[in-house]
Amino acid sequence: MASVHFLPGLTPTNTAPVQKSDDAAGFYVLGDKLVDPKAPTGPIAERWTTRKFENRLVNPANRRKLNIIIVGTGLAGGAAAATLGEAGYNVKVFCYQDSPRRAHSIAAQGGINAAKNYKEDGDSTYRLFYDTVKGGDYRARESNVYRLAEESANIIDQCVAQGVPFAREYGGLLDNRSFGGVQVSRTFYARGQTGQQLLLGAYQALERQVAEGTVEQFTRHEMLEVVVADGKARGIIARDMVTGAIETHIADVVVLATGGYGNVFYLSTNAMGSNVTASWRAHRKGAYMANPCYTQIHPTCIPVTGDHQSKLTLMSESLRNDGRVWVPKKAEDCEKDPRDIPEEDRDYFLERIYPAFGNLVPRDIASRAAKYMCDEGRGVGPTVREVGPNGEERQVRRGVYLDLTDAIRRLGRDKVEEKYDNLLDMYARITGENPYEVPMRIYPAVHYVMGGLWVDYELQSSIPGLFVTGEANFSDHGANRLGASALMQGLADGYFVLPNTIRDYLADGPFEAIDESHPAVVEALESVQERIDKFLSINGSRSVESFHKELGTIMWEYCGMERTKEGLIRAIGLIRDLKKEFWSNVRVLGSGESLNQDLEKAGRVADFIELGELMCIDALNRRESCGGHFRGESQTEDGEALRHDDEFAYVAAWEWGGDDGAPVLHKEDLIYTAIEMKQRSYK
Amino acid sequence: MKLTLKIWRQENASAAGAMHTYELDGVSQDMSFLEMLDLLNEQLVTSGQEPVAFDSDCREGICGTCSLMINGEAHGPEVTTTCQLHMRSFTDGETITIEPWRADPFPVLKDLVVDRSAFDRIIQSGGYISANTGSAPEANSVPAPRDKAMRAFNAATCIGCGACVAACPNGSASLFMGAKITALGELPQGQPERYSRVVDMVAQHDAEGFGGCTNIGECTNACPKEIPLDVISQLNKDLRTAIAQGR
Repeated sequence: MASVHFLPGLTPTNTAPVQKSDDAAGFYVLGDKLVDPKAPTGPIAERWTTRKFENRLVNPANRRKLNIIIVGTGLAGGAAAATLGEAGYNVKVFCYQDSPRRAHSIAAQGGINAAKNYKEDGDSTYRLFYDTVKGGDYRARESNVYRLAEESANIIDQCVAQGVPFAREYGGLLDNRSFGGVQVSRTFYARGQTGQQLLLGAYQALERQVAEGTVEQFTRHEMLEVVVADGKARGIIARDMVTGAIETHIADVVVLATGGYGNVFYLSTNAMGSNVTASWRAHRKGAYMANPCYTQIHPTCIPVTGDHQSKLTLMSESLRNDGRVWVPKKAEDCEKDPRDIPEEDRDYFLERIYPAFGNLVPRDIASRAAKYMCDEGRGVGPTVREVGPNGEERQVRRGVYLDLTDAIRRLGRDKVEEKYDNLLDMYARITGENPYEVPMRIYPAVHYVMGGLWVDYELQSSIPGLFVTGEANFSDHGANRLGASALMQGLADGYFVLPNTIRDYLADGPFEAIDESHPAVVEALESVQERIDKFLSINGSRSVESFHKELGTIMWEYCGMERTKEGLIRAIGLIRDLKKEFWSNVRVLGSGESLNQDLEKAGRVADFIELGELMCIDALNRRESCGGHFRGESQTEDGEALRHDDEFAYVAAWEWGGDDGAPVLHKEDLIYTAIEMKQRSYK
Repeated sequence: MKLTLKIWRQENASAAGAMHTYELDGVSQDMSFLEMLDLLNEQLVTSGQEPVAFDSDCREGICGTCSLMINGEAHGPEVTTTCQLHMRSFTDGETITIEPWRADPFPVLKDLVVDRSAFDRIIQSGGYISANTGSAPEANSVPAPRDKAMRAFNAATCIGCGACVAACPNGSASLFMGAKITALGELPQGQPERYSRVVDMVAQHDAEGFGGCTNIGECTNACPKEIPLDVISQLNKDLRTAIAQGR
């Protein structure tokens, strides 16, 4: 910590990057530099407080005249809708699920970070800030991250007041644990169901507002277009997924809280319905998409067993606190019952390579290490068929052991059960194996995306009046997200940040009334209807699902855990071919005027295909390795990720270039004043 | 594995439904039950038939979206959600009957998809602790006894899937409601609204058309999260206290 400036002035610690390589030449157009116009200045610890004071107020009597649309009801959207409803605004909230309680935040397992320093182990707002910026490989804005760390403590207070049943000590006070990549215990948790409990807190607060009449709730509704009238986001076009009715909803401001797009990979830990459509439709209307290639691969998921698999299941990495990760030293032992492999024949590879952090190294490092062990032929579990980089088939074992034997011996089975029982039950159910007796098998899987719509410090996108929160925006995690930080960002954005920034925008409202005859509304409505008619009329021979699977295979192989120039260029070609085939050969049956799950999926897959291409272009341009983006061409002699701050310390914000044009790259330089960039080392 | 599937098909909420029979081959023991239906749907689409509509989302047992009666049992033969039920629980050549949740307050929308918004309205009636954002006291200023917090947590694991209602001969949602009342009522933060909460939630439950509880216990047997029957005792106890207080 010696190089950290504890009394930060405004002297930059780095210079603006100058990109020398141009791997993506021909695939993009270079646009103007982008500057966050709302970026605060001054000492870092005072920036958010100052901003909250400076942002204009909306008097309570005027709030009920202002209409807010929120799309998505997870931690960010649910919390924002509840809070803005409490404040007295008119809120409409939309979700594709049958109830807001089912948003995918509910599946988050491990915990939520907060700088409470309840363990007196040296934690502080500054340390949480520092860990997050460092963990994200210095690709996040320091002002945003500091604010996140600052608000983290308030989140815990809010959730406890709502009745979220966090784990407690015998004295009745809150318990904490430590989490991947971090050496203090700052993670609050509710067994392995923290996301569920936090979401239920937000959901209940939201339902309370529905009952109060401040929030109107639209379930089984999918947003298919954003209405941009006179340069401002003024509403959405949504489809009632039960009746098929296409509806127009007008407001003064639109908030997207629609989560991440990990399902572009087909297999991921995301819910089946998680999609990019809301973000992508906004992107096509002028919202920049930032750092789309930053994908977090989570190291502790249940491995794939075969071609039938529809999704992957995550095992909370809190298991890495007590579980030891290993593979056999000898490839010939891989088929053996792990219990028959003696201690001296086991390779605890994370502890061996990274003695300081051991099994708790950050996610990207743990993931890649597991991949290499399997690539070397020391993977365990069933053999699976894969298509390799050159299109050839290969048979590989994709699994490493996560072994709780030592923990059970040290803590006793009861204690282990109490900490992890639902996770271990879930594992047993899926694999048919007992994790208390046989070491579990794990493998990395796509879990979270750090990329998303570009927003300024106030969470406003490049379209005025369109705000983006939670995983749907690009901010706060840089190139890699630390464990237990996603829930923190979702709730910080929803409860505390957005409600304080959006009021400055709303202070200019109400905006000029528009109705369904406004050209922007007519255009949006027509484009939605045309698209639906098109899907239903192609009547080709391939299912939507088969296109999604094929896209996923391309993305995982060429834009997954490791990317190369050659592979990415190949992927872009494959995706362009796939897009052509999709629009001429997809088969969507049924009608648009009823519940039609294939029609829903067709729109989402069409958008995933376009996003996939942009992700590959972004990955191709970024010839450095950082966080969740590992470029084969950029590694140290011993195979660790090699960043190039002098070239790439920027946010890549992509502007839609039109159906026939190339995307336009706007670079936002990342300049640090409170933190000095360092190469990461966990050795 | 080769299976015969008898599936409820219903065009929309107002159409009449009927059972349809499908033969399905190539089912693997490692598939989840929903992946087996994905396989069926892929074959239906290929042969030009509309796929079977069914609800699912997280497919890891936590969101509570999936909801099938399988051979007459909510979520099928194991104590889990349908998404976590695997085909190893069935045998080659078996005939499997698949229907939507059965309960009047859960009307069928299409095929196997039902409307469970009645649950949201029960929560709206009082299933929360009123705590506006920004008004919370420091988290550790209100200690919660560990045993009570544990009971609250166990009740809070309810995923709102509706299996309890589908399994109940009376179509009662008492297990769902009791779980919420216990989760909030065991915590110090839940005390101020404890008795108004139970009265309001029970009133909404009845207004939605859910049936009364006669302690048959099918709900707890079908519950994928094993919510214990004593949450209904807690519900009844809190309701008696509320009535005694004249609420």
